[in-house]
Amino acid sequence: MNWEILGIWIGALLSLSLYSFLYRDNPFYKFAEHLFVGMSAGYWVIYTIENVLKPNWWQRMFPAEGGFQIVWVIPGIFAFFMLARIVPKIAGLSRLALGMIVGAGAGLGMVSVFQTNALAQVEGSIISISAGSAFEMFSSLVLVVGVVSGLVYFFFSKEHTGIIGGTANLGITILMVAFGASFGYTIMARLSLLIGQSQFLMFEWLPTIPRILGIGGGA
Amino acid sequence: MRIVIPLAITFVAGMIMVLNFFVPHEPFKLLGDNLQEWYMIVASAAIFLGAMNLLHVHFRKIRLKLKNWKYSPVTIIGFLMMLVTGIIYGVVEGMPFDYLFQSAVVPMGATMFSLLAFFVASAAFRAFRASNWRATLLLTSAFIVMLGQVPIGAMIWDKIPLAKVWLMSVPNTAGQRAVMIGAAMGVVATSLRMIFGIERSYLGGTD
Repeated sequence: MNWEILGIWIGALLSLSLYSFLYRDNPFYKFAEHLFVGMSAGYWVIYTIENVLKPNWWQRMFPAEGGFQIVWVIPGIFAFFMLARIVPKIAGLSRLALGMIVGAGAGLGMVSVFQTNALAQVEGSIISISAGSAFEMFSSLVLVVGVVSGLVYFFFSKEHTGIIGGTANLGITILMVAFGASFGYTIMARLSLLIGQSQFLMFEWLPTIPRILGIGGGA
Repeated sequence: MRIVIPLAITFVAGMIMVLNFFVPHEPFKLLGDNLQEWYMIVASAAIFLGAMNLLHVHFRKIRLKLKNWKYSPVTIIGFLMMLVTGIIYGVVEGMPFDYLFQSAVVPMGATMFSLLAFFVASAAFRAFRASNWRATLLLTSAFIVMLGQVPIGAMIWDKIPLAKVWLMSVPNTAGQRAVMIGAAMGVVATSLRMIFGIERSYLGGTD
């Protein structure tokens, strides 16, 4: 059996089953959809074991040079507490694990998000609007005014009237241009995936049909 | 006590992470670095919880013969196929787990996302109806970016790709920055509420 051709056929038939949804919901789509959900879940479980638990937990608890690091039992216990949620009698233990990951996540997220998404963005917006060519100056002005007016639009502690209202209006205008650009970009990204899948079906799957039927001169 | 102990753990864990950032010296550094790794391990248990829940939901569908229950075995078999091949053969290239991933999961994932092109296009048709001047602005901006991405844009007018680059790097950056800064403020406020036990909905209930 040629495993390569079998793999191409599996991928092609499942892709066609999923595309059949464009006509209407049907059993082929439902089959592929359910298979995708199950296989993806299985993939992520194995991915987590291989890339998170083995190197970061197991191999540290039982190092290659031998011995047993007892400190790594603690996250194991908390992980077990998390799974306790599926047993109603001990489901309350999962709150301890949730408390730990929510607390650590909040503490970690608060400082890192503030640093990267707020401070670094503010720093990036503090630019000279009088340097470079006339077009560069105009672009810098649009960037700075866009950021400030966009922030004013999101500021709801003051009523959007007068100068605040005018600035917020400018903010929403900039936001509409930004959302339009992001939307266009997203559509093109999806289209590029569609083109990729169409190429797979046309140039990888279709040529295998004559090979299977034993017609044509292909190897 | 059902709530107090988890809240205390949240406070201690949150404060260790914050202190580790502002005072990167012992003992906070050791505690913070360890906690960060423990966090990753405990959070990864959530994927097992999700997988168990998936199996529970589909076994229940089969048992009670709920709507579309006939497809549930497909999900269960798909899950077990990946799990068993991954555990027995590992994730090495060329092994059954990798073969199933490359032959089925990758094309299905790409197809699922490419399907969105059709639905995004239909949503765009409705959203892009130029009902007012701001919607027209959104339409124009999206249209220029889409044209600027493909060769036909440059064939129509060689300045279209440049306009696309300007739109992405100036107004788009300005808008995204405003959203990011606003969202960061929200994250800080919500994180503080969680660390200090004001926000406790994640523990279930409001008590």
